[in-house]
Amino acid sequence: MATQQTSAAARVLVAPSVILLFLWMIVPLAMTLYFSSLRYSLLDAENIGFVGFQNYAAFLSDPDFLSALVNTLVLVGSVLVISVGGGILVALLMDQPVFGQNALRLMVIAPFFVMPTVSALVWKNLLMNPDSGLFAWIARSLGMEPVVWFTNHPMMSVVIVVSWEWLPFASLILLTALQSLDEEQKEAAQLDGAGALPYFFYIVLPHIARAITVVILIETIFLLSVFAEIYVTTGGGPGVATTNIPFLVYKEALLNFDVGAASAGGIVAVILANIVAIFLMRIVGRNLEG
Amino acid sequence: MGSIQLKSVRKAFGGVSVINGVDLDIKNGEFAVFVGPSGCGKSTLLRLIAGLEDVTSGEVLIDGKAVTDVGPAQRGLAMVFQSYALYPHMSVRNNIAFALKMAGEKTDVIERKVAKAAATLNLTDYLDRKPRQLSGGQRQRVAIGRAIVREPKAFLFDEPLSNLDASLRVQMRVEIGELHNDLKTTMIYVTHDQVEAMTMADKIVVLDKGSVAQVGTPLELYNRPNGLFVAGFIGSPKMNFIKGPSSERRGAAILGIRPEHVAVSTTAGEWPATVRLAEHLGSDTFVHAEGDGIGPLTLRLEGEAPLKPDQRIFVTPREANIHKFDTNGRRID
Repeated sequence: MATQQTSAAARVLVAPSVILLFLWMIVPLAMTLYFSSLRYSLLDAENIGFVGFQNYAAFLSDPDFLSALVNTLVLVGSVLVISVGGGILVALLMDQPVFGQNALRLMVIAPFFVMPTVSALVWKNLLMNPDSGLFAWIARSLGMEPVVWFTNHPMMSVVIVVSWEWLPFASLILLTALQSLDEEQKEAAQLDGAGALPYFFYIVLPHIARAITVVILIETIFLLSVFAEIYVTTGGGPGVATTNIPFLVYKEALLNFDVGAASAGGIVAVILANIVAIFLMRIVGRNLEG
Repeated sequence: MGSIQLKSVRKAFGGVSVINGVDLDIKNGEFAVFVGPSGCGKSTLLRLIAGLEDVTSGEVLIDGKAVTDVGPAQRGLAMVFQSYALYPHMSVRNNIAFALKMAGEKTDVIERKVAKAAATLNLTDYLDRKPRQLSGGQRQRVAIGRAIVREPKAFLFDEPLSNLDASLRVQMRVEIGELHNDLKTTMIYVTHDQVEAMTMADKIVVLDKGSVAQVGTPLELYNRPNGLFVAGFIGSPKMNFIKGPSSERRGAAILGIRPEHVAVSTTAGEWPATVRLAEHLGSDTFVHAEGDGIGPLTLRLEGEAPLKPDQRIFVTPREANIHKFDTNGRRID
């Protein structure tokens, strides 16, 4: 229906929002790029000057960078596996007819509405605290030594907290995908003699593959930038055991007051995120076609 | 082998009784059609036979053996669903092979059986396509192919043609009929379309509100309906029902006369009437008329009848084709 005039008019009319969004993106990016090429330490604010790629060289050759990169990938990977795997199981359970189904679903989704700082605090102080936490109490009542979670298993603890936050999201998306499975297909598979496991692997899993892809993509975007949970619980430690790239950037900017290095780190993080995105799209992206 | 018997089968969902005690005997090799208006329980009855629903009471027997506690896959029946229920992410080949794979057949056996079924159904060129790349008729054939490879004791069809357009429906109707002639396997076919029932069935089971209204061959049902329901349901256009003096004179509460069993005259006859509408089909003319004191009449005249709206006509039923019913709607002989 769009004639020449209406499409021209449409372009003019959407232009303001497009221009605004573009500026919104390009101005911070350009400024970060600019700062990343400067010697710009807040502790030495008189002495600002152009240094080219020196900040990048320093950031990339920092021994903490490599461990931060590994930590980021471990965190993203583990949480993805736990939330998608667990999400499928929870979704399968929630798909069963039970009493109080709606209340149950609301309760399952609830953790997703708790802000990251709060849920991290809940885990740190109420559950995983080695003196007063619930887990410690359970361990002691069973006559075992309480686990000192954030000191002895820092990365695992962070992974648990973040997984707890993202499991509901995965469950909910996968539940809706499960519910869209055609009832007659279920019956056809039943008549074809497919037992529970073949039914799951041949019928259910391909059906929800697309939803799984969406969950993986969305979660990856957010998991690459996990910060609050680490800040509140371990502070990136012990040592750099739970320092991921965003936390490293934060350390450069607000603990070392090095704006130049932090900007370079930010750009590196952007590039890394894009690399991860490209890999992800190649691995799971074809599920989105057709 | 594939005879199916139902013995006082009942089915209730919650407190609502859907099937009220059905007794039925379908012989090996028979083409039985369950027909009835929507909500009469015909699909439920089919699903009870398939094992997709559990009977509330009564027994289902296949080849004389009670299968009430046997799962759907073990009953040895194959079903073609209304929506075809093809597996969308599998190729046509894998769709057809799925049941065999689940049964643990050897690869070469599967390959041979799939190829044979595909050849029977003209699907050989489409084996590597996905269901979404097929037309409605081809999908229908894949669904049938999926049923054929299992070499079932009986085929169950649940309104398989209702998603197809009119011309394709006629074609598939013929193909299913030919398939039955080739395979000589028992088939149970559910439809709300009495034309499909009349053209395909060896035996028609007319269902009304969860009970069997009448069982018989198509022509038995057409010629000797046992009550008002079957009389009105079988035959197109529908039978005319007439109350009043002309039925009392013949000793019945209600007279039934099919539209094709009347003589129409412009000068004299038993029922004077006014033409409301004449539908010219070429081969036939359907006349909708308003009979004086007896209400609407549908008439079917051969060829092109030169009748126009508001014209006065006189309708006389052919005495031999009159059906008589008592006050309870039962047939009087």
